Amino acid sequence: MLTSVTGVFLVLCIVELLRRRKLKEKYAFLWVFTGMVIIPLGFFPTGLDWVARNVGVRSGVSLILFLSVAFLFIVCLQLSWEVGHLEEEGRTLSEEVALLRIDVQELRQQLAEGETTVTSGDSGRLK
Amino acid sequence: MIDGKRVLIIMPAWNEADGVADVVKEVYATLPGVDILVVDDGSGDETAKVAGAAGATVMKLPYNLGVGGAMRAGYKFAHDRGYDVAIQVDADGQHDPRNVPELIERLEAGADLVMGARFAGTGEYEARGPRRWAMLVLAFWLSRMARTKLTDVTSGFRACGPDLIDAFARWYPVEYLGDTVESTIAVVRAGYKVEQVPVAMRARTTGTPSQSPWKATLYLGRIGMILLLAFSRRSALGPARKRQSAKAAAREKQSS
Repeated sequence: MLTSVTGVFLVLCIVELLRRRKLKEKYAFLWVFTGMVIIPLGFFPTGLDWVARNVGVRSGVSLILFLSVAFLFIVCLQLSWEVGHLEEEGRTLSEEVALLRIDVQELRQQLAEGETTVTSGDSGRLK
Repeated sequence: MIDGKRVLIIMPAWNEADGVADVVKEVYATLPGVDILVVDDGSGDETAKVAGAAGATVMKLPYNLGVGGAMRAGYKFAHDRGYDVAIQVDADGQHDPRNVPELIERLEAGADLVMGARFAGTGEYEARGPRRWAMLVLAFWLSRMARTKLTDVTSGFRACGPDLIDAFARWYPVEYLGDTVESTIAVVRAGYKVEQVPVAMRARTTGTPSQSPWKATLYLGRIGMILLLAFSRRSALGPARKRQSAKAAAREKQSS
């Protein structure tokens, strides 16, 4: 009973988050799928034992525990991958900002020099 | 300009306000005609201001990216501005700018990357314990791979030509030790020509070296991992594109 209620609640949460555009579609699929698996399990708790026996696990509970750990592991891995990707993007952005900052500074300098002396002479070290 | 080449000295600096001005001034004094880019790696002190006052161009990174990150940003700058030679020099004064012409000479003789090696005879720099063993193993393997004697692959004093500036602007390892060991392995494996020049390492004028048994162990572990990874995957730089780029340049000349 508890499992099925949790499952329904989970799916409702996901749908609501999707509706409010707080959750990207690409992540949602995984969660909806998980919810779909959990809901029937709550209503037919013994049904799983049959599945478990067929794949060589003694009880359905162990199978669920095993699958959930594996599932969490994969999710963590995916998040790490995502974080690495984001970090790389952040780095590239900060490099671009730093390069632009130099450009702006040099342009400002040239502009200031142009205002003080009409004859443009040496415009700094870098050209 | 040195021998008709545009030379950029890249100096990653993190909280080096005490020493960076002296280093910048010394480089300008010994090597007239070079440009200096100080990459301020998110310092909390006056590093950027001090370096700018000393006459260097300052690239101020919005937050700390680590030495590797700072170097990649520096190489991007060198690439954007079309420099022929980029030379990495530490901001703490450990590297002697008088060795720079020698590095450039080797580049002109056909090398892609020239490293200033600390254990090649001159100077008294010495590492001890696990750190030293790791360095020896590394040096042995890389020497074999590069088919030339490399005694100090962790040296941060290195010069590279236009091909590698282009490559480093796109890819430079950013993690701990990646800036020296991993980048060297990638360069060697991609088939670039790597050479070394013996240099004397001076005592740092400011700051303290990071050394402790814990760190030495971590260092060993990291090096082991880098080596394994580097041998098991293709070089991130891809094969050396020297000939291709030379051909492309020739084609451009013909068409214009």
